[in-house]
Amino acid sequence: MGTILFEIALTLYFAAAIVSMVELWMGSRATSRPVIYIAIGGFFFHTVSIVLRYFQGGYLPVTNLHEASSFYAWAILVLFFFLESRYKLGLLGCFIMPLIFVLMLSSSLLPRELKPLNPLLRSYWLPVHTFLAFLGNAAFALSFVIGIMYLVQEYYLKSKHPSGLFSKLPSLQSLDEINYRLITLGFPLLSLAIITGAVWSETAFGTYWRWDPKETWSLITWFIYALLLHARLVAGWRGRRAAFLSILGFIFVMFTFFGVTLLLKTYHGFKG
Amino acid sequence: MITVIGLNHKTAEVELRERLAFNGPKLEEGLKELAGHPLIKEVFIISTCNRVELYLHSKEDISEELINFLSSFHSIESQTLRKSLYIMKNMDAVRHLFRVASSLDSMVVGEPQILGQVKDAFDFALERKTTGLILNTLVKKAISAAKRVRTETRIAENAVSISYAAVELAKKIFEDLSTKSFMLLGAGEMAELAARHLITNGVRAVTVANRTYERGCELAKEFNGRAIRFEDFPEELIHTDIVICSTGASRYVVTKEQMHHVMKERRHRPVFLIDISVPRNIDPAINEIENVYLYDIDDLQGVVDANMLERKKEAERAENIINEEVEKFEKWFNSLDSVPTIVALRKRAEEIKETELKDFFNKFPSMDEREKKAVIQLATVIVNKLIHPPTAALKNDSEDKDILIATIKKLYSLNGEDE
Repeated sequence: MGTILFEIALTLYFAAAIVSMVELWMGSRATSRPVIYIAIGGFFFHTVSIVLRYFQGGYLPVTNLHEASSFYAWAILVLFFFLESRYKLGLLGCFIMPLIFVLMLSSSLLPRELKPLNPLLRSYWLPVHTFLAFLGNAAFALSFVIGIMYLVQEYYLKSKHPSGLFSKLPSLQSLDEINYRLITLGFPLLSLAIITGAVWSETAFGTYWRWDPKETWSLITWFIYALLLHARLVAGWRGRRAAFLSILGFIFVMFTFFGVTLLLKTYHGFKG
Repeated sequence: MITVIGLNHKTAEVELRERLAFNGPKLEEGLKELAGHPLIKEVFIISTCNRVELYLHSKEDISEELINFLSSFHSIESQTLRKSLYIMKNMDAVRHLFRVASSLDSMVVGEPQILGQVKDAFDFALERKTTGLILNTLVKKAISAAKRVRTETRIAENAVSISYAAVELAKKIFEDLSTKSFMLLGAGEMAELAARHLITNGVRAVTVANRTYERGCELAKEFNGRAIRFEDFPEELIHTDIVICSTGASRYVVTKEQMHHVMKERRHRPVFLIDISVPRNIDPAINEIENVYLYDIDDLQGVVDANMLERKKEAERAENIINEEVEKFEKWFNSLDSVPTIVALRKRAEEIKETELKDFFNKFPSMDEREKKAVIQLATVIVNKLIHPPTAALKNDSEDKDILIATIKKLYSLNGEDE
């Protein structure tokens, strides 16, 4: 049952991603409305499939890469719907849905078997630590997408040929400000995730920090966003530089998420 | 027959358009005179600075008389008029009005005023009762065609003047213009126009720096802002988000080094510089600095040209909509002919007769052929007698036939397919 729901969600996200591409290709006539409607449909099935999986496994379904990737996409969408209802950033939907689809596609290609939870992970810290980490990373994912939108819009303005998507994209100022707000949301969440992780590690292994690759790369990511915030507050790095840094930061987020799990040896749960 | 006769900015110079204009009391006089003509059933006149057009519904072709009327009414030689006048009939006239109302025939395609002008011209005639069923419907359809064009194409979007283009760009750099400060550096007609557009779009904190301080003060007063001495403007740049520059200097008054310094001072908050002076007063290399957006007059003209091109593309889509709407109108217009109405009325009566007879025979299956025949005959006679008077009235070529046809169609709900 959960699998079928997952497949339906995946299909709808695929449709949303395709429609997004078509809309973006249409230039000045683009709109993200149809994309958002399809995404809401996908999100509904997706949510039900996660809830079902939670009841089947008895724990938050984030312990293998299949689950984590799908949960990550879900968390990004939650934050996206929130942003959309509050700020109405034109075309954000068309920029975000391809990313959602890629995450869900990766999730669908990874092994899905439901295993009994590793006793080491059986802790109240599991939902707290992972929830903070996922929400923080979701904020970074959105700031990445908004950074791309900023660069596109800035290109139109600097090149002096405002055409195509120009009239449909938000102003540079609002893109920059929301990007900043997302990072000020993501950064404390990531910090808290690292701290709760350390505390959990202490209760489970008796040591706060073990230089596990996931820990190391999370720390590197943390430093990048710390740099971004610092440069903005102290040296007034905004606009294009902030956009570039938020894109760079997200590359590290993705590596920490997929790269570390698949390429390096880590005890972090994603391998089940 | 529907006819339009008139001239516009494409066919006539402004001198001729002025002489042919129906302004002030002339409009009322002209309408009255035309409405009094025995062959003219309905009329209204559109008279704007870009066009003068007479729309008529008449019994027959009266083009020649209309030319004579225009020539005598405005005392213009008819030979001069003929060269500039266009006359279109029936669906060509309909298409013309639809295109006019949708602003496809305007000097600046997509400009929004014309629809209001068409409405006003029509209302004026409506109040004086010189229009009727045909022209009322025609204008109603023209307005809805124009609205379709407005909502289904992007013909009215995108700025097509330099000062509007500047505002449009400013809105894509800054989210809320009312929180932004603005400086007018030097003056000049176009700079002032652009400044005015920015102010109507919300910009509040206005500073004027002009070489002659007194002139600067005058402008500042007009814009509800403050004036500063020209020498002080570099300092003011630090606190300014939008600058319009037009000083008439022969060299750059803002250099790249200077701007680097300004950006550092203002912690890289974005700046929009509009340089409409020729030769340019702001070093073009400044556009390379991060968070600085510099547009000179050619850049703005480029934006306007691109928008114009976009409008032309949208105009093609608009023409398709117009075609659809003309087709719909044509259907309605043709249906006002008496023959199809008689046919439809007869068909409706026959249908009713057939269904009722069928029901009746089902209820009384025991009837024999002879009885059945008698019943059928009775029904036929009743139906024929009932529809005879309307049919006869339709065949009779009376004065208000259009209204009669429309009424009969409504009473017998023969309007199945349109609306």
